[in-house]
Amino acid sequence: MSVLIIAEHDNQSLKGASLNCIAAAGRLGEDLTVLVAGENAEGAANAAAAVSGVSKVLHADNAAYAHQLAENIAPLVAELAKAYEYVLCPSTTTGKNLLPRVAALLDVQSISDVMAIESADTFKRPIYAGNVIATVKSSDKIKLLSIRSTAFDAAAADGGSANIEKIDSVHDLGLSAFESEELAQSDRPELTAANVIVSGGRGMQNGENFQMLYDLADKFGGAVGASRAAVDAGYVPNDMQVGQTGKIVAPDLYVAIGISGAIQHLAGMKDSKVIVAINKDEDAPIFQVADYGLVADLFDAVPELLSKL
Amino acid sequence: MKILVPIKRVVDYNVKVRPKEDGSDVDLANVKMSVNPFCEIAVEEAVRIKEAGQATEIVVVSIGTSKAQEQIRAAMALGADRGILVETEDKLEPLAVAKCLQKIYEEETPDLVIMGKQSIDGDNNQTGQMLAALLSLPQGTFASKLSLADGKCSVTREIDGGLQTLELKLPAIITTDLRLNEPRYASLPNIMKAKKKPLDVKALADLGVDSTPRVTLLSVEPPAERSAGVKVASIDELLDKLRNEAKVIQ
Ligand SMILES: Cc1cc2nc3c(=O)[nH]c(=O)nc-3n(C[C@H](O)[C@H](O)[C@H](O)COP(=O)(O)OP(=O)(O)OC[C@H]3O[C@@H](n4cnc5c(N)ncnc54)[C@H](O)[C@@H]3O)c2cc1C
Ligand SMILES: Nc1ncnc2c1ncn2[C@@H]1O[C@H](COP(=O)(O)O)[C@@H](O)[C@H]1O
Repeated sequence: MSVLIIAEHDNQSLKGASLNCIAAAGRLGEDLTVLVAGENAEGAANAAAAVSGVSKVLHADNAAYAHQLAENIAPLVAELAKAYEYVLCPSTTTGKNLLPRVAALLDVQSISDVMAIESADTFKRPIYAGNVIATVKSSDKIKLLSIRSTAFDAAAADGGSANIEKIDSVHDLGLSAFESEELAQSDRPELTAANVIVSGGRGMQNGENFQMLYDLADKFGGAVGASRAAVDAGYVPNDMQVGQTGKIVAPDLYVAIGISGAIQHLAGMKDSKVIVAINKDEDAPIFQVADYGLVADLFDAVPELLSKL
Repeated sequence: MKILVPIKRVVDYNVKVRPKEDGSDVDLANVKMSVNPFCEIAVEEAVRIKEAGQATEIVVVSIGTSKAQEQIRAAMALGADRGILVETEDKLEPLAVAKCLQKIYEEETPDLVIMGKQSIDGDNNQTGQMLAALLSLPQGTFASKLSLADGKCSVTREIDGGLQTLELKLPAIITTDLRLNEPRYASLPNIMKAKKKPLDVKALADLGVDSTPRVTLLSVEPPAERSAGVKVASIDELLDKLRNEAKVIQ
């Protein structure tokens, strides 16, 4: 079976989610081609060629692909896809923006957020904010799947030596143009890749108080997340939101501080290995999923925790 | 300017949905139904654009059973002018929904389509992108800010690393994220007024789209349940557990 994997990258390097996606592709077949579409993306193409299990890298380099505009990349992928049985991408915001557009061009019903591959045409995916897991069977000739990173281990970033083939095809529809970007700068690990996540909710009261959580995360070498309430209140930026409509994470340790545990939040973190909750309300639903719960005022508990680590 | 807003009738976001005993599908007997929250944000955004004098008409469209009229009326109570129901008993997949919306788009020729980024039942997050592809239009997905000027639309998108701003030619397809706005509550007079607004009902068959399912639901199951763990009495006990029982920290 031949699989085309759409790499997620920043032109220089591959994003971690691409490695999980390549590993998932390995469950479907052995002929794995990775598409790197970007501008001056040699770095990312080389990184893709080095990933263990990859047979070939297609490298499309053009200004039209610089910012991953779906309008331009979708026709490229649709054109290439015809030679494959599967097209996979990580179910990140970039993947979700692109894959359905490709699917409609190919007249295919893509499948979002695949968390398990049962057979060549049968997959599991969460629905209703993860309260239900559906097993679905696709009858489309080409199968387009977006892959939930937390459900698959990452492929090894080295050990491979795939050929890189240049793709000349350029699609520039001129429908959309990149204006600007505000990317969070942080020395901490990316939320979706961190082994430890410390998350804060409305109970944090303001953005300044989040400093305690950054300090805590640094003690663990981890990342900081947040509930929607904390993001909406402006305590922290949107890219920190964990949940049904934010990021899906599954670290070894997730510490929820001042978060009540709404189903939409749980949808994003309940596959974490160990969950700790600190909340002053002993009936908060977060305690129903926490391995270790501490009923306490966070403004006492967090400083004490910091001092004892 | 005319704005088209596709909305979906879904289980209310407060309902914890469970699989049926036999695992054939989810159990939706007697649960509360609402306008999909992201669609509500789409309606609100359209209304704000109209209130700012940048649009003249807002048309909402829903594809679903006759009960979806309730959600169309709810959108009218928020300020939409007119409604279209494409009536069907079938549960359509995003691709088929996008094909229906393509037909409605071609009939209505709006300047802007604002829809939700995701329905909270199927969690597909696909229809807007598919509609944009079918119509060869630009897409501004996961929008948290929108501004219109000179036949163009500037849209700020919530992406994994932060925010991205794109400029799209109009007409364009926008899908909403949570922080685009906070929808208003419908006032009683507006709920009454909504009852008199025009609502056109069409049969799915009359649209002439191929809505054959491509994906079959084989079964549903509850997710792996986590059992509640223990309550610890102090930070010392917590650290002891994390170090020596869970072994997740040193
Ligand atoms: C369509 C839709 C999608 C959504 N998607 C998401 C999503 O992706 N992610 C998400 O998180 N939410 C999402 N939500 C929102 C979700 O329903 C909840 O509103 C949100 O998660 C609540 O955040 P919170 O727990 O921080 O706030 P609250 O529910 O207000 O809880 C605050 C908690 O802090 C505790 N607390 C307060 N002060 C202290 C103190 N001093 N010490 C200790 N504890 C304290 C309180 O006891 C309380 O339990 C979504 C909602 C909708 C409708
Ligand atoms: N049956 C439907 N009728 C009208 N609009 C729909 C329907 N299904 C999906 N949509 C629109 O598409 C968006 C994304 O849905 P989905 O791709 O199903 O997650 C929703 O927020 C709606 O705006």
